[in-house]
Amino acid sequence: MKRTQRIAAAAGATLVFSLAASTLLLWRIDQIRSTATLDEALYVTSPKLLKRLSLGYDGLLADIYWTRVVQYYGAMHRDGGGEYKLLWPLLNLTAQLDPKLTRTYEFGGTFLSSKPPMGAGLPDRAVELVEYGIRENPDNWHLYYDLGFIHYDQKNYSAAADAFLRGSELPNAHPVLKMLAARMAEHGGDIETARMMWTTTYEDSSDKDIRENALLHLRALKVDQDVTALEHLAEVYKQKFKVFPLSFRDMVVAGLLKGIPVDPTGHEYKLEPGGKVIVSNPDDLPFIVKGLPPGYVPSDILKSKPAK
Amino acid sequence: MSSRIWHIAANTFREAVRDRVLYNLIAFALLMSGAAVLVGQISIGIERLVVINLGLTAISLFGVVIAIFIGIGLVSKEIDKRTLYTVLSRPVRRWEFIAGKFFGLSGTLVVNTFFMAIGFFIALLYVSHHLTHADAGVLVALYFIILQFVIITALALLFSSFSSPLLSAVFAFSLFVIGSFAEDLRGFARLSHGIARWLATGAAFLVPNFSALNVVSQVAHQASVSRQLIAYNTAYAVVYTLAVLSATALIFERRNLK
Amino acid sequence: MAAIEILGLEKTYSVGFWRKRPKRALHPLHLAIEDGEIFGFLGPNGAGKTTTLKMLMGLVFPSGGGARILGMDLDDPRMKAQIGFLPEQPYFYDYLTARELLTYYGQLSGVDSRQLPRKVDSTLERVGLRDATDVQLRKFSKGMLQRAGIAQAILHDPKVVFLDEPMSGLDPMGRREVRSLIEQLKAEGKTVFFSTHILSDAEALCDRVAVINLGQLRGVGAVAELTSGVRGKVEIVWQGTSVPAAIKSLGAETHVAGDTTRAIISEQNQDAAIEAVRCEKLRLISVTPVRVSLEDYFMAQLKPSPEEVVAR
Repeated sequence: MKRTQRIAAAAGATLVFSLAASTLLLWRIDQIRSTATLDEALYVTSPKLLKRLSLGYDGLLADIYWTRVVQYYGAMHRDGGGEYKLLWPLLNLTAQLDPKLTRTYEFGGTFLSSKPPMGAGLPDRAVELVEYGIRENPDNWHLYYDLGFIHYDQKNYSAAADAFLRGSELPNAHPVLKMLAARMAEHGGDIETARMMWTTTYEDSSDKDIRENALLHLRALKVDQDVTALEHLAEVYKQKFKVFPLSFRDMVVAGLLKGIPVDPTGHEYKLEPGGKVIVSNPDDLPFIVKGLPPGYVPSDILKSKPAK
Repeated sequence: MSSRIWHIAANTFREAVRDRVLYNLIAFALLMSGAAVLVGQISIGIERLVVINLGLTAISLFGVVIAIFIGIGLVSKEIDKRTLYTVLSRPVRRWEFIAGKFFGLSGTLVVNTFFMAIGFFIALLYVSHHLTHADAGVLVALYFIILQFVIITALALLFSSFSSPLLSAVFAFSLFVIGSFAEDLRGFARLSHGIARWLATGAAFLVPNFSALNVVSQVAHQASVSRQLIAYNTAYAVVYTLAVLSATALIFERRNLK
Repeated sequence: MAAIEILGLEKTYSVGFWRKRPKRALHPLHLAIEDGEIFGFLGPNGAGKTTTLKMLMGLVFPSGGGARILGMDLDDPRMKAQIGFLPEQPYFYDYLTARELLTYYGQLSGVDSRQLPRKVDSTLERVGLRDATDVQLRKFSKGMLQRAGIAQAILHDPKVVFLDEPMSGLDPMGRREVRSLIEQLKAEGKTVFFSTHILSDAEALCDRVAVINLGQLRGVGAVAELTSGVRGKVEIVWQGTSVPAAIKSLGAETHVAGDTTRAIISEQNQDAAIEAVRCEKLRLISVTPVRVSLEDYFMAQLKPSPEEVVAR
C-alpha cells in the first residue's frame, strides 16, 4: 500500500503548510481590519432592531459587544489615549442589548465623562447612560454612586449630593453614600472629599481599567497636596531668608526638608525660580492640577486630531 | 487525473441542479421583489440601505444553508446508495473523488449566487433608480460571500467524509456561527489568561474567519473595501480551504467503507 | 496465471463503543481463481463474502494478508481499469438516465471518448435496457437497476468481473438472462467471480466454487467433482400407489405422487427392492442412482467441523 502512504503523507504536509499559512494570513488580516468590528457599531442604526434580530441571544451579543468595548478602550489607552469616538456607540449598544449588565454603566460613567486623552469627554452621554441603567436596575445602589460621581467630576456638587442621597435610601446601600451626600453639600471641592471618592471607587470596583484610573487620580491628588505643601515651605524660606530657595538642597540645609522630595512615580520634584514647584514627568501624571510646567500641553493632545 | 475530477465535479453539479433544493432561487426572487416593493413605502433615504442589507444577508444565508444541506450528503449519500463502491472500484483515487465533489458543489453555489445577484440588482435598481460608483462595493461583498461558500462547502464535505448527515449539519452550522465572530474570539483570547487563553487562541485561529468576509454593513454605508483586504481574504480562503480538503483527503484515504 | 490470488487476506473489526472487542469478519483466506473461469463464492448471509469482495475492491483495508488481481496490487489504477464490480443491491444516481449513468462511469474508467457513446449503446442493448436508455434511474424497477449495475460493470470491457449477489431481486426471467450474460462473459474469455447464497445458480454456472461460513473457508472444488459423489442410494420409481411390504421393511423413504411411487433405498438393497416390485406385479418405471447436490455439499460444509480445510 505504498501509494496510499504517499498520498497520506502529501495530504498531511499540505494540511500543516496550509494551516500555518492561514494563521499568518489571519494575523495580517486582523491588522488590516483592526477597527472593522468596532466600526460596525456605527452602522447599527437601531439597537432595538439588532436586539430583535438576535433572536433571544441578546445576552450573548451584549457580551460580545462588551468584549469589544474593553478591547477598544484598552488598545486606544495603550497607544496613549485619544477621543474614544466609538466608546459611546459601543456602550449604548451593549446597554440596549443587555440592560442588566451593570458594568457597562460603571465603565461609561468613568470613561465617557473623562476628558481626552483619558476618556471621550462626553459627560452628558455618561449621565444619559447611567440614568438609563438606573431605570433598568432600580435596586442597584452602585449605579447611583456612578451617577453621583459623574456630577462630582463635573463639579456639579448639588447634583452629586442628590444622586448619592437617592442611592443611600436603598435598603442595601453602602453607608458611604450617606456620608458622601453630606460632604458634597459643603465640601464638594475639598481634596479630602476627592480622596474619599477615589478610594471608594478603587475599593469597590472589580474592573481593572477603572481601578487603574482611580489610582491615577489618587496619585494626582497626592501630587497636588505635595506641590501645595512644598510651595508653602518655599514661602516660609523666603520669609526667613528674604529670597526664594534656589534648590531643594537649600531647603534641606535650612532644616525645612528632610530630603529631596519625590513624586508618587518616584521622580524628583523640580524647584523653579519664584518658589514654584513642578513635576519632572507631567505625562506620567494625568489629572494633576498643580505642579504642571508652564505652557504644558499633554503630548497626546498634540498627537491626536483636534477635538470637535 | 484532472479529467476524472472534472467528470465527478460535473456529475455533482448535475445532481445539485436536478435536486429540487435549488428551487430556493424562486423563493429568493420572490423575497427580493416583495422586500423591494415594501421598502418603497418606507421613508426615502434608507431604501437602498435596507435592500442591500437584506439582499446580501439573504444571499449569504440561503447559500450557506444550501451549501450545508447538499454538502453534508456529498459523501454519506454515495455510501448509503453504494454508488461510491462502483466509483472507487474504477481507477479513481479517493482524493480525486473528494476534489471532484468539492468543485462540483462550489460551482453550483457560484452559479446559484450569480442568479441571486441578478435578482438582487434588479431590486436595488428598483429602489434607487440608478447605480452609483459606490455600488461597486456590492460586488466585493458578493465576492466575499462566494469565498464564504467555498469554505463552508469544504467544511461540510469534511464532516460528510466521516460523520452522519445530522452531525455534519450541526458541526458545519456551528462553525459558521462561531466563524462569524472569529475576530471577537481572537479579541477574547487576547484578554484571557492561562489555559483559557491557550484554548481560546487555538480555537480562534482554527475557526474559519467569516467575520472578515462579512462586509455587508460596510458596503451598505458605502464605505469602500481596501484592495489589500480583498487580496488577503482571497489568499486566506484558498489556503484555509486547502487545509480543510487535505484533512478530508487524509481521513477519507484510510477510511473503511462498510 | 491466476487471475485473482488471495493470499491470507483477513479482516478483524473492533466492535463496541467503550470496550473494544475484536470481531473476526474474515479468517486468513487463501484462494486462487484461474483465468477465464466462473468462480462461485458461496455462503450464508454474514459469512464474509461481501467483506472479501470489498477488500479486493480496496473499499475496506485488510487487517492482514494481501491479494493480487491480474498480477497487480489492489491499489494499482492499471488493474482497476481492467476490472468491473457490481455491489450488492445498488441504487445508483437516480437523477441520471441510463445513458448518462454509463457515460459517467465510462469517463471514470478512462474509456476513449470517441468510442464511449457506441459502447454505452451496445452495453445497454446487451443487458436489455435499450428501451430505457433515456429514462431516469429513479423510475427503474429493481430488476432494471440490477441490469444497469451489470452494465456499468462490463461497459469498459474488463478482464475480470466481480459480482456481489447478481441475481438478487430478479424474477426467474431476469435470472435466466443474467445467467446467460455471465456465460457470454466467460465465452469472451473473462473471469467472473461472483458471490451468492442461491445454490442452484452456482450449480448451473460455476466451474469452481468455494464455500465460506463465519469468516472461514469451508471447502473449495470443481462443481462437477463435488456433485459426482454417489450417495450410495438409489431411487426406484414404479407405477401404482401401493408400497410392497418388502420395501417397507427395508425402512425406505417413499413418496406418492399422482399414480407413481418413488422409494429411496440404499445401494446394497437395490436388487431386493426391484425383486419386491416385480413380485407385486407393479410396473417398474426407473432405477436411478441419487447424486449429491451442491446443496448437500454446501450444508455439509456448513456444519462446524474441527478439521482444517485446505484450499486446492
